[in-house]
Amino acid sequence: MAQIKKANGIGDWFDQRLATKKLAKVMMTEYWIPKDINFLWAMGVVLVVMFKLLIISGIFLLMYYKPDAKLAFDSVNFTIMQEVEYGWLWRHIHAVAASFAFLVIYIHMFTAIYYGSYKNGREMIWISGMILFILFSTTAFTGYVLPWGQMSFWAAQVITNLFGGIPVVGDAVVTWIRGDFAVSDSTLTRFFMLHVFLLPLMIVFVIVIHFYSLRIPHVNNQEGADIDFDAEADKYLAGNKKESKVVPFWPVFLAKDFYVVCVTLVIFFFCVFFFYDFSLPGVNFEPANPMVTPKYIYPEWYFLWSYEVLRGFFFDIGPIKAMDIGLIAFAFANVIFVILPFLDRDPRVLPAHKRPRFKIWFWVLMFTMVILTIYGKLPPKGINNVIGFIASMTFITLFLIMPYITKKDAKGAK
Amino acid sequence: MRELKILGVVVFFTVFTYIGVNTYAYSVMKPAVAPADFQFKDLPRNDKIGDASRGAEVFMNAGCIGCHGLESQGIPAPMNDADAAASFGVVPPDLSNAGLIFDSHFLAAVIKNPAKAMLNDHKFNESNPHPMPNFYGLGGDIDQELADIVAYLQSIAPEKVSDEQVYVDACMQCHSIKYTGLMSNKDPILMAKYMGSVPPDLSMFIRSRGADYLETFINNPQKHLAGTAMPRVGLTQAAQEQVVAYIEYAGDRKKDERESLGIKVLGFMIILTILAYLWKVKIWREVH
Repeated sequence: MAQIKKANGIGDWFDQRLATKKLAKVMMTEYWIPKDINFLWAMGVVLVVMFKLLIISGIFLLMYYKPDAKLAFDSVNFTIMQEVEYGWLWRHIHAVAASFAFLVIYIHMFTAIYYGSYKNGREMIWISGMILFILFSTTAFTGYVLPWGQMSFWAAQVITNLFGGIPVVGDAVVTWIRGDFAVSDSTLTRFFMLHVFLLPLMIVFVIVIHFYSLRIPHVNNQEGADIDFDAEADKYLAGNKKESKVVPFWPVFLAKDFYVVCVTLVIFFFCVFFFYDFSLPGVNFEPANPMVTPKYIYPEWYFLWSYEVLRGFFFDIGPIKAMDIGLIAFAFANVIFVILPFLDRDPRVLPAHKRPRFKIWFWVLMFTMVILTIYGKLPPKGINNVIGFIASMTFITLFLIMPYITKKDAKGAK
Repeated sequence: MRELKILGVVVFFTVFTYIGVNTYAYSVMKPAVAPADFQFKDLPRNDKIGDASRGAEVFMNAGCIGCHGLESQGIPAPMNDADAAASFGVVPPDLSNAGLIFDSHFLAAVIKNPAKAMLNDHKFNESNPHPMPNFYGLGGDIDQELADIVAYLQSIAPEKVSDEQVYVDACMQCHSIKYTGLMSNKDPILMAKYMGSVPPDLSMFIRSRGADYLETFINNPQKHLAGTAMPRVGLTQAAQEQVVAYIEYAGDRKKDERESLGIKVLGFMIILTILAYLWKVKIWREVH
């Protein structure tokens, strides 16, 4: 047993039992982050703040929400929005934070791609991050169903139906997910369980893994420079703070993050109070009605790009139905980002502007994602189908040629 | 400088995507319609000057009170709601406030030919006549008689009515608002038979449709939903604004609280951001 002495203060009392001083060093004051970074490096902390806002607002909503197909809509739109003191505030925060979380996830993700922060030892950061993306997506989808509006119902109908494309067991899987032959009360209650319990629990668990996976390979920097963290940390601790290439997580890195978080929250709260329609679309303020199909069915904006890859293939090829090709493309789009580190055959960690071919690849990908997102919302008719198809093909081709392009870049550098 | 450039790229892609999936996509899904026409220019003009006392006589002789009540003048509706709904499909409205909330040109036109003025002549025709019969005059100048009836209704109308009362007079014949407890007292089965489907509850319409849509829609339902059974009811601009205000009260009664709290929270966040910036500059001065 450790030597326990009479403590000379409450801090010391805890330190003797929990090694709090050591813990603070490991987690905060001697957790080293490169100095050569920009505001995009703050997106992780911004995401943590968004996730906290979602949890806190979600807890308040949970106190009045009723997961029952007959009661859900009114419990949200009457009880929470109009009866409970500041219920509307928690709902607006919850909905807008979901959109903001996805916007920040995408910025975070494309930052990692641009700076090559997913390879050479950082594969686990990337993969755990992509698992978080999938968990967030599932959470957002199950959450969108809970108010039981028209789009809640029909989005659930369309998305659960996709699993019917799985060979042999498809129909059984759809029934298993819905808990019924059609989307109904049993679908709502199980989505409720997933949204408020199982998925958030898994997210918290994977966030811990995501943070831990950063410690060994360290955070990347703007130039992809290979930093000797031990040597630089010694320099910093010796007082050569200006010369050292690293800064401690607390207070230096967080001082900058805190500023970026505040700027984001100004925009966030502006949206919560004055500009929320993008997160709370009108069509979902209409009660779910299984008898009336809405004229246009579309998912939330953050799913539109993969939804468009699904819809992009609008014609049959020989014996293969358009729907099946779309489903294969959709499955491809949802897993391909996970294996990105293994598609990149260039061993160097460099920002895209130092990799001539990859740079073009990156910007084409960015524009393709935006085009897919926009056309995922537009009605699928006429020229929209053609543009959607071309964008979907471009998306798939980009990933198929990635190994070749990155290899070429690596060769060109020698 | 470099950070500003990066910020520019992030803002560009965010705004571009936003415009694409919101502004542009909705302009395709919900094409713009002509602004609301509170003059009801498509209806014939009636330039006759009406006389209220003659109008009272015409009103009584023309058979209006065979179906409509005029509570403010001590004339109750001749049938109770249930019987009226069973006979006509819809309960004929009480006309006490009609002179105030309905446009005068519209009133003249709707008395003369209800289906035409209400823009549901695609639904009501010779084989399926509108429950309110056309008015063919009492033998004199029909335009003068119409002007007189309108003048009479205007003369007995109160100077102003509450938002809720306008809603009750103009909309509640068919639409309930359960969030304020105003339930249309018609049997839904009869209603569905009369209208083709049960008219929706309007509790959340301020959020599901929005004030802009309601303005052009109530003024002329055919603009957004060609062929709908919902009649144009001919509300004046002021009365229609009262209806929209009532629908907003039903579905968004915390709007004032939201907007005033919003300013305070934004003020707090901006001050916090300035402090955060100063702290960041102080901390980073040591390491740069």
